Amino acid sequence: MNDHSIYETLRQLADSWGLLAMLIMFLVLTFWPFRPGAKERNHRAATAIFEDQSDGE
Amino acid sequence: MDNVLSRAGMYYVLLILSVLAIAVAADQVFAIQMTIVAIAICIALWFNLRGADYSAIAHGILKMPADETVYDDDPIRWGVIATMFWGLAGLLAGLFIALQLAYPVLNIEPYLNFGRVRPLHTSAVIFAFGGNALIATSFYVVQRTCRARLAFPGLARFVFWGYQLFIVLAASGYLLGATQGKEYAEPEWYTDWWLTVVWVSYLLVFVATIVKRKEPHIYVANWFYLAFILTVAMLHVVNNLDMPYSIVGSTSYPLFAGVQGALVQWWYGHNAVGFFLTAGFLAMMYYFVPKQAERPVYSYRLSIIHFWSLIFLYIWAGPHHLHYTALPDWAQTLGMVFSIILWMPSWGGMINGLMTLNGAWDKVRTDPIIRMMVMALAFYGMSTFEGPMLSIKAVNSLSHYTDWTIGHVHSGALGWNGMITFACVYFLVPRLWGKDRLFSLRMVNWHFWLATIGIVFYAASMWVAGVTQGLMWREYGLDGYLVNSFVDTVSAIHPMYVMRAFGGGLYLAGAVIMAYNIWATIAGKVREEAPMSQPDFNPAADRPAIPAAAN
Repeated sequence: MNDHSIYETLRQLADSWGLLAMLIMFLVLTFWPFRPGAKERNHRAATAIFEDQSDGE
Repeated sequence: MDNVLSRAGMYYVLLILSVLAIAVAADQVFAIQMTIVAIAICIALWFNLRGADYSAIAHGILKMPADETVYDDDPIRWGVIATMFWGLAGLLAGLFIALQLAYPVLNIEPYLNFGRVRPLHTSAVIFAFGGNALIATSFYVVQRTCRARLAFPGLARFVFWGYQLFIVLAASGYLLGATQGKEYAEPEWYTDWWLTVVWVSYLLVFVATIVKRKEPHIYVANWFYLAFILTVAMLHVVNNLDMPYSIVGSTSYPLFAGVQGALVQWWYGHNAVGFFLTAGFLAMMYYFVPKQAERPVYSYRLSIIHFWSLIFLYIWAGPHHLHYTALPDWAQTLGMVFSIILWMPSWGGMINGLMTLNGAWDKVRTDPIIRMMVMALAFYGMSTFEGPMLSIKAVNSLSHYTDWTIGHVHSGALGWNGMITFACVYFLVPRLWGKDRLFSLRMVNWHFWLATIGIVFYAASMWVAGVTQGLMWREYGLDGYLVNSFVDTVSAIHPMYVMRAFGGGLYLAGAVIMAYNIWATIAGKVREEAPMSQPDFNPAADRPAIPAAAN
């Protein structure tokens, strides 16, 4: 495989399946905290930093 | 005892190697830099032998575990002091070069000319001030949010001191003329290798602490810290793939040449902004703003959208630094498009931080630390709007290579990074040194206003200077020739340069007040002062109105 066709192959992979895979990955990660039943978990995560007010000092 | 002996032996071997390197150095700069290394090894050796911690040795012999019931805060205390020290040094260097631009007589050849002090300034404020703040706060936050003591305490100390050696090597190298000539990646190859060792150790300490956490969920601030550490490691290694001309010499040649080299450099350069100055400092925001406001972050979901959007988008924005260059047009446009898309998650993050104060907005009036955090977020919002705007090719054709860019960088660096770091240091110092409160809250207020007015002077003068330059450079006469020579633009913007130096001076003055405040707090002093706000209460008037009929 010469240099040019490596470039062509990678470029075509990048703007087809690669792009689609990244987009799906992004959407799954972004919408994960919006799945049903996650509300309680999110609330717990956001308030956990206040559970130990003394901070071990 | 074995431990002290084997450590001393290791230091002796390193000392001999560094002395050998001085002896066979291929150039003078390398010899001087290795002398600095040898001195650093001597200091480390002296402290190890003299201050050998015999109780720690006993712990080791008796296989006693470290006290897991308290957090390991020593490296954080050192980090806070180092942050203050390098902050003052970096701001002073910045004021000096601002004055050099206004008054060229200050260009002291060769060691203190503009070309050598300018990277000293940028590295001191970004990597020394910002880097120490990030390392210190990340060690603080990861322990608190994981409710676990820092992993690998020895390695954590190595990270702190190794990072200081990196700073000293980089800074002295610039003044001696050792530079790769790449913006924000100026240190030469041996300093780069040293930083790689320190950075991998940092990653190990951070990840190992997360692994031993007692808290099931990893708080979002740690996601940002981890993204910052991992991405900076990747960027640093790829952009510094260089071949030294001699293994004992201070010059190297990059692997990538031409436009590929430029693209790699700005892929690095823009993500240094995106992951060092944005993701890392957002981690500080996501922990310290809720803590100081005593309210959870406005929306935890939004913080996760913010995180993944920054991660997926920032990495593509670098080509906007290479508009109208030899870089292929599609790559320039790609960089522009991703930069514009970035505006949305950035503002999502800003709104998330500001809305954390929802229902507690009175704190902006009563608590100067909260006020600083709010101003930092406001500047984060402003500079993440200005950045995408400047990345638009049509705008960039006016702004590129002008002082507008410098103004943009400083509204982000002074406004966002500086202000949030100051606020975090004010938050940390009473807690780390076990004091009831800061020496003076009114001094924090003075610091806030000096810094804010300083930024206004800085950013406004650079906008005017930048637009002036851009318009003068592109002005053609009827004869088709350029109207202005370069020096015409220089004399046109001279007043702006003086105003910029004045703004920088105000900002530095605020930091000096802060340094005194922090020093006095650590020394245990408490300033007698009127509180920032008092309830408006008049007991004499606080009684029911007497009905006229009753008389």
